Amino acid sequence: MAATTFPVVVAAPRRSLARTIALYAKEAKYELIKNVRIPVYAISTVAFPLMFYVLFGIVLNSNNPADRREGATYLLATMGCFGVIAVSLFGFGVSLAIERGQGWLQVKRASPMPVAAYFAGKLVSAVVFSTVVITLLMTVGIVFGGVRMPVVMAAKLMAILVAGALPFSAMGMAIGYFAKPNSAPGLVNLIYLPMTFCSGLWIPLFLLPNGLQSFAKVLPPFHLSQLALNSIGMGMNPTPAWGHIEALIAFTLLFLGIAAWGYWRDEGKLYG
Amino acid sequence: MSTAISELPYNPPAASPVSVARTRNLKKTYGEIVALHDLNLEVRAGELLALLGPNGAGKTTLVRMLLGLAQPDSGSVSVFGADPHQGQIQTRVGAMLQVGRVPETLRAREHIDLFSSYYPAPLPIAETLKIAGLEDIKDRPFGELSGGQRQRVLFAIAICGDPDLLFLDEPTVGLDVEARRLMWSQIRTLISRGKTVLLTTHYLNEADALADRILVLNKGAIVAEGTPAEIKTRASGKQIRCTSRLAIEEVRQLPGVLSANADRNAFEIQVNAAEPVVRELLRRDSWLVDLEVTNAGLEEAFLALTQNNAGQDSKKRSN
Repeated sequence: MAATTFPVVVAAPRRSLARTIALYAKEAKYELIKNVRIPVYAISTVAFPLMFYVLFGIVLNSNNPADRREGATYLLATMGCFGVIAVSLFGFGVSLAIERGQGWLQVKRASPMPVAAYFAGKLVSAVVFSTVVITLLMTVGIVFGGVRMPVVMAAKLMAILVAGALPFSAMGMAIGYFAKPNSAPGLVNLIYLPMTFCSGLWIPLFLLPNGLQSFAKVLPPFHLSQLALNSIGMGMNPTPAWGHIEALIAFTLLFLGIAAWGYWRDEGKLYG
Repeated sequence: MSTAISELPYNPPAASPVSVARTRNLKKTYGEIVALHDLNLEVRAGELLALLGPNGAGKTTLVRMLLGLAQPDSGSVSVFGADPHQGQIQTRVGAMLQVGRVPETLRAREHIDLFSSYYPAPLPIAETLKIAGLEDIKDRPFGELSGGQRQRVLFAIAICGDPDLLFLDEPTVGLDVEARRLMWSQIRTLISRGKTVLLTTHYLNEADALADRILVLNKGAIVAEGTPAEIKTRASGKQIRCTSRLAIEEVRQLPGVLSANADRNAFEIQVNAAEPVVRELLRRDSWLVDLEVTNAGLEEAFLALTQNNAGQDSKKRSN
């Protein structure tokens, strides 16, 4: 019988905690290095938000110093959101779609890599890129846009924006599990440009038509931008922050659910 | 250096009866297509087993199942006596898979460094680089490597964890002769280190050069099994193509003809030895034209064999 001819399974040594930490660190490190070296990624995630901020927040801004400062401060929060969203959707969504669709994820899954390390690596990369984008935006805002705010407030704004990488990485993951490798970049652009516009990241929401203002509430960027704007006293209405946090948590769970569906489909457990 | 490796002696170890991987009545269909049909396979410790078959024979599907990357519809797979999906099993297995695109901005050494970290007791990176012949190009981004060099990086990724069992899915596909020879010598190095290797290929000469045992897979089923010498004898068929006035039934009756089909106005005749049949054809039809004799492809050779000797085949396998 089958069982008798098999050698007793000699359990390979379990991975020690130190090795596990080293593994996760390496996965994140190489994900980051990989992305830094892709010019298209660096440009669409770092250069675009910076360019738009310079354009709308500095060049085309009002000449009145007070208005100018207010505009530059407002756009710092919303373009920060825009940057974080781009970083997350491209870094998570597009790269997952490509690696999944073109067989690289299979190679990794055939190795003893913990799947969690793969996703953690992409999340860390998104967080680091987000921090870089926001730091650059803040520097430009302070130096050229006359933005002034207490350090604690700036730190809070930074923390809220960077935390935004979480729901949008989940969204990227959901996209990555359903988009084809070749169409993923186009699809992400098609989703996130209209989505960020309708959420009031380009033009403040109160300047947009009423219909769009209510529609914005079902878009995740609206909630992140309102959280960011609230932290610098520029929120649209006195909605308690909790409402936006709850909405973002709900979106995160929804996207993770969609991603999990895609994951199990890939594992061949739902459809073979 | 790669030259040093190719000079290593190749001593195939005596086949051991211990099996390290096994499938039982494995079935898998993708929609209408039957990828695997009741497949039973055993990989024995220390051997190099070649799965030989044309494209679409089910080789990759089988490898994916042995790696736990695909679920069978029915039947079972076990590797080292357990479910291949388990982490503890995965640390003892290495795989070189066919992949569309590898992250191109990472360097060869970086890819190996990362995959080494997945294993509990990996080879030193320098040694992996040496075995795979990557020392001179270790700092080049993957995207700048040639086809052969890329295959060597994928090979390095498979061996870096020092696994006991290796799956090499078409390791030399698309390589030129020199790169193929280099890959062969690297695969022999693994065997001399006591590793068990399951290799898939659609080149008979590759299976012949490397394997202790060959399984021929066609349309999801094993159609022949044997040592390279046995398989070569059985796959040495020829195909005769000609346009003739003879009736196809008459051609089928000729001694030495395994099968014959009419393809528009030309005949395609499968035979073991071409000369006697050609002589007879020319004697019977002096108008015969467009005569062509080619080595039968593996598929033709084995299809012809299995169609004619289906009974014998299954007897032989059950021995």
